[in-house]
Formats: sequence, C-alpha cells, structure tokens
Amino acid sequence: MSVSTTRAIWMDASPLKLDGPQATKAAREQSRAKRQWRLRGTLTSRQYALYAFLGVATPILLWAFVNEAGIVPKMFMPGPLDVLKRFWSWIANEGFAGDLTISVQRVSLGFLASLIIALPLGLVAGTFKPAEAFLEPAMDFIRYMPAVAFVPLMMLWCGVGENSKIAIIFVGTFFQMVLMFADDVRKVPMQQIEAAQTMGGTRREILYKVIFPSAAPALLTTCRITLGWAWTYLVVAEIVAANSGLGYSVLKAQRFLQTDKIFAGLIVIGFLGLIQDQLLRALHHALFPYLRRQ
Amino acid sequence: MTNAIEIKGVFKSFDGKRGRNLVLDDVSLSIAAGTFVTIVGASGCGKSTLLRIVAGLESADGGIVLVGGKEIAGPGVDRAMVFQDYSLFPWLTVAQNVLFSRRLSANKYDNLALERDAEEKRAASLISLVGLSASQDLYPSQLSGGMRQRIAIARALMSKPSIILMDEPFGALDAQTREVMQDLVLDVVEQEGTTIMFVTHDVEEALYLGTQVVLMSPHPGRIDTIYDVPLPKKRDEQMRIDPQFLQLKRTVMERIRDTVGLSLDRSAVGSIEAGA
Ligand SMILES: Nc1ncnc2c1ncn2[C@@H]1O[C@H](COP(=O)(O)OP(=O)(O)OP(=O)(O)O)[C@@H](O)[C@H]1O
Ligand SMILES: [Mg+2]
Repeated sequence: MSVSTTRAIWMDASPLKLDGPQATKAAREQSRAKRQWRLRGTLTSRQYALYAFLGVATPILLWAFVNEAGIVPKMFMPGPLDVLKRFWSWIANEGFAGDLTISVQRVSLGFLASLIIALPLGLVAGTFKPAEAFLEPAMDFIRYMPAVAFVPLMMLWCGVGENSKIAIIFVGTFFQMVLMFADDVRKVPMQQIEAAQTMGGTRREILYKVIFPSAAPALLTTCRITLGWAWTYLVVAEIVAANSGLGYSVLKAQRFLQTDKIFAGLIVIGFLGLIQDQLLRALHHALFPYLRRQ
Repeated sequence: MTNAIEIKGVFKSFDGKRGRNLVLDDVSLSIAAGTFVTIVGASGCGKSTLLRIVAGLESADGGIVLVGGKEIAGPGVDRAMVFQDYSLFPWLTVAQNVLFSRRLSANKYDNLALERDAEEKRAASLISLVGLSASQDLYPSQLSGGMRQRIAIARALMSKPSIILMDEPFGALDAQTREVMQDLVLDVVEQEGTTIMFVTHDVEEALYLGTQVVLMSPHPGRIDTIYDVPLPKKRDEQMRIDPQFLQLKRTVMERIRDTVGLSLDRSAVGSIEAGA
C-alpha cells in the first residue's frame, strides 16, 4: 500500500547518526513515534490496526469495569459477557436468523426501490437545467420533513404489512438520494462533456458514455452513505410498526426488561452496518481501479 | 487558396453584473487551410469565447462562422478541441481515450471489421507519434501533466479533423515540457496537414508556433493586429533567439500592453518602500 511505501522511503532518508547501534535504535523509535503524530502524518497498516483495536477495546473494558464495580445496577446495564450469552441464546432459540433475514430483506427492498427511481432522476436533474428546476426545489422541501413523521401516514396507506416498512425506508432515503446523485453528476468536469461533443457525441451518448461513467465512483459513494441511513429508518420502522425484525426484537426486549438483549440488538445492527460499509468500499476499490494511486 | 475557417462579423455578449457585457464586437477573421494561427491578447479579451464559438460549444449573438464554406451549427467532428486540462476520461486507459470517438455513432462504419482494424492501427501510430507507446495501458491519473496533454492531442487527431482548436493547451505545464510539446505539435501538424487555431497567453509560444499571430484587444474584444511571422515554416529552437524573432516578440508584447492601457510607472515601486 502507498502508506507503507511512503513511510519506508522516509525511514531510509532520515540521517540519524548517534553513537552505537542501541542509541540509533532508540532515536529511531522516538522519531517514528513523532512521525505518527505529525500533522497529517502516516501509519503502517499494522499500526493502524493496533490503534483501531485499542479504540474498540477501550470502551468495552470501561464497560466491563463499570459493570464489575457495580456502579450501575445489572438490570440496567448488563456486562459484556451477559450480552454475549444472551446473543448466543438469541441465535440458538429465539429466532435470530429470522429477525436478521426479515430486516435485511426490508432494507434491501426499500433501498433498491429508492435507488432505481432516484438514479435516473438524479442523472437527469444533474444534467438538464429544466429538470433540475422542476425536481430540486420540491425535493429539497420534502427532505426537510422528518421521515419518521411519515410513519402514521405510511401505515394508513400501506397497512401494517411489509409495504409500510419499505415505504418508510423509501421516504427516508429517496429525496436525499436524488439531490445527492444530481450533485455527483454536476461535478463531472465540463471539459469531459465538451470533448465528447467535439467528437460528435449526441446528448444521449454523452449521458451514457461520459457523464454516467465519470460520475460512477461518486454515485457509489452516495449509495454507501444512503444505505447507512436506510438501516436507521429500518430500525425506526420496526420499532414503531412491526412484529418481527431486529428493531422489533429490541423493542420487545425493552418490554420484558431484557437489557442484555437490547445491547445485543444494538451491537448486531452496528456490526451489520460496518460489514455492509466495508463491502461497498471493497466494491468501490474493485470497480474503479483508476482511482488508485500507484 | 480556400479558407478553412471564415469568421464574419461575430458578436457575443454575456450577462454581467451590470447588464449585458459585450465580449466580442464585430470580429472577422479568415484562416487559410493548413495554416497555424495563434491568438494572443490580454486576459479576458474574449480569446476563449471566440475559439468556443468556432468549436460550436458557444453560439454567437450575431454574425456567422463558416467552416469549409459551410455555416456551422454546433460542434462537429471536423473541428477537434484540446483543452487546458481535465478533458481526458479518467476511467479509460490511454489507448481507450484515444479510441473513444469510435464509441460514438458519429463514426459510422461501412465495413466494420476492416475499419476497426484501420482505426486501431491509426490509434497506435498516433500514440507512438506522441511518444507514449509504453504507457498505452495506463490511466490518465498515472501520467504527468505533459503526458496527459500529449494524449489529448492524439485523441483530437484520431478522427482526422481538418481543424484543431487549442485553448492554452500547455498553460499548466512547466517551461521545459512546454517547449518539447511545442515542437511535437509542429511535427504532428506538418504530418497531418491540419489547420490550427491556438489560443495562448505566451507571446513567445504564439510566435514560435504560428504562421500568423492574431492580437485581440479587450473591452470589447476586437481583432487588433495580425502579424505574419517572418520565420521559415520549419521551426527550430535556434529561432527563439533570432534577433528578428525577439524584435517581433517585443513589438507584440508592447502592443498587448497598450491595448489594456497598462503602462507601469516604475518610480511608484520605489515610493512604496519609502512610505514603509
Ligand atoms: N459563460 C460565461 N458567462 C459570463 N461571462 C463570460 C462567460 N464566458 C466568458 N465570459 C466573460 O467574457 C469575457 C471574455 O472571456 P474569455 O474567457 O473569452 O477571455 P480570454 O481572452 O480567454 O481570457 P483568458 O486569457 O484569461 O483565458 C470575460 O470578461 C469573461 O468574464
Ligand atoms: Mg481563455
């Protein structure tokens, strides 16, 4: 990776001359530590992993400590091990797989519905001024209405079934998505469009063969961000209006004072978000090799 | 000799802060086929606007532009354009960039296989002409600024345009690279016989490249003077220090300064220090 190579070059170039190998080594250690904390400094991937591990381990240790010390009653705050045990029994005999499947299904459907309609609208709004004027002020207005406030309406319109959850995810992501896609498309350099025009490209060809591929990395990043929001709205929908899914399990756990299960639910949702984010980053990396700097 | 480009009484204005801002005022210019015309002038005098009107990327408010005797209506494959920067397609490799035009329907094939073959050969020879055969599978982000502009030139040549329009194509390059690029453009143009309209800030560049140098004056933009460059068609580095060349360079630079009404009072510089 580029990070480690830059660092390697720096190490060779640092002319530290002290007496004896020991002193040199110590000085090198010291300067290495300094480099990490330099303004906009760099880390090797191993160092990065170490800091990341500490960042995750610290709150867990604090949590365990608070729990052991008995500062907060166990009923309100179970320890890490209690949560782990609970999670295991959720998997073993409380239908975790079912909750997970239904939640993933809702997010996927809501997000895909949003994506399929928002992508063409965003492309058109970012390319043609009349479309921008027609769509953007209206969308801008709607996106300031909190999606959560649409829940009662969605339940009236779509009933308590799957459709209402998908509709809430749609309302929460769609309008933002159109605006963000349009912005991504507007950032395509005019020179690229004009170069294609002087090569005889038609409007349609330029839209498909220049504007879309040029904006593609930004569009995928927008998808990654909005997919995160889709999870948020899923949990909202499941807490307010569902009888299955991860969000619903968290709500039910609250009714039965199963704090450990609430914790487990929250951690699972966080993990799913993290995994999905990493997958989309990997996809970005694989699809757009030209963005990598060798 | 036929005129490749005929600009007749072109007017252009833009909406400015205080009403309409007249940018081109009755500009007329004839460019003979196969000539290299460079355009210089103070910043904001409408050089880019004029070039973009000829490219068909901007429309004139009045007057007409004829290319090959026919009035233009929008951009066309007969006029390629090289921009200062950011015009390469970053998701395509060097070779794919040069061959981009064949993805467009404007390049219709009568005999598919045969013409594709010919195009690939032409692309390869253009890439080697600009000295980038070894880099043809790299992406633009992996190239230096000078290499990128060489690709932009190869791409512009690909569809055999009769005219190439260049707007400060070397403006972002360092002085050494710029000189290499100038010689490259001269060689390429000689080989392809293309008519060139080349906008630049750099008077030396304008004189070294152009058979004619067109000087524009600002506010509003008009053609001020047209200079014939008294150098043999085949240019070489020695000519940059030719006394005649240097003399003309000074004349043109002074004229540009006059058109802006800019005469620097050097004694004023001394008074700044005295005041401080
Ligand atoms: N799209 C536009 N909208 C409004 N004003 C414009 C537009 N394009 C150019 N202008 C104005 O027209 C004038 C001429 O611009 P132009 O870019 O043609 O000048 P130029 O001679 O190329 O300058 P430079 O040497 O700095 O590139 C400038 O005052 C500029 O502000
Ligand atoms: Mg300009």
